[in-house]
Amino acid sequence: MLLDMRSFWRTLDRGSLRDISLVCLADAIVGASFGAITVSGGLRPWVPITMSVLVFAGGAQFAAAGVVLAGGSPAAAVVAGLVLNARLLPYGFTVADTAGARWWTRLLGAQLITDETVAFTLRQHERQRRRATFWTCGLALFLCWNVAVVLGVLAGAVMRNTGAFGLDAAFPTVLLALVLPSLADRGTRHAALAGAVIAVAATPFLPAGLPVLLALAGLALAGRPTAAVPGPDPALEVR
Amino acid sequence: MPLLAIAALAAGTYAFRLAGPVFRHRMRIPDRLQRLLSVATAVLLTALVATAALTEGHGFAGWARPAGVLAGGVLAVRRAPFPVVVIAAAATTAVLRFSGIP
Repeated sequence: MLLDMRSFWRTLDRGSLRDISLVCLADAIVGASFGAITVSGGLRPWVPITMSVLVFAGGAQFAAAGVVLAGGSPAAAVVAGLVLNARLLPYGFTVADTAGARWWTRLLGAQLITDETVAFTLRQHERQRRRATFWTCGLALFLCWNVAVVLGVLAGAVMRNTGAFGLDAAFPTVLLALVLPSLADRGTRHAALAGAVIAVAATPFLPAGLPVLLALAGLALAGRPTAAVPGPDPALEVR
Repeated sequence: MPLLAIAALAAGTYAFRLAGPVFRHRMRIPDRLQRLLSVATAVLLTALVATAALTEGHGFAGWARPAGVLAGGVLAVRRAPFPVVVIAAAATTAVLRFSGIP
């Protein structure tokens, strides 16, 4: 194993472990709905499963699959997913020291960088605890997320009508909870609302996937920061 | 969704993740770019929320789904635990559909 897991458990306090478990549970619900929605929407079962292991970023997965399910082109799906995941770039620099010095722990650790892992890691100030938190949270989430997606795929193949269970409301709700903390900043909020209006107004006229990208025009309204850019909040975050 | 598209998304995402752990001693992210990326994420996520909640194909999605998202959003603002937020949204939409609201 990467490091001695037992010393990890001793390093982490009970409260952190409880919070990490809660976020794992939340992500499992989201992962299961991702699997169920995509399969009942018509994607082959290997698609959501492969995406979840290789991309491992729920927001981008939902965005890309959503574009394709709405009839958009795969290229638009990839662009939407990549713009969403560009935020992982600064995250990587923030938690770079926790992935270790060896090249293979860095390669492995990089895949575990998500909103939640970074949020939990940043709450710890001591180096040993930061590393323990990063690896525990990252590995636990990777496991929960992918197992949940497989279970969701199996359920979705049986359910057929996920609409009756309201699962289509789960995805926008997850994204809403994810974005809420950053809307506290006034400039960000103006840009985001303008972008949302542009995207909804453009939906009847443009091919699927493009309206969301057009929303980036709202960035012109971002202006200067009115407050420090808030980091991800572990209480509300989901990838 | 073709395998090539999944591979492209996965490779690009991994590159974003790996840059920090590999280059942290050689470069840092300018504050302006960091701010731009963070605002761009918020803009894109909000647009996704709006279109996914309100539209289906090129038209209106019906009232049940946005009502469910709104219920979840209110709970999220009130800092309800995340599983509660998601389940409440799905349940609201499911109940509305069951009572005949599309």
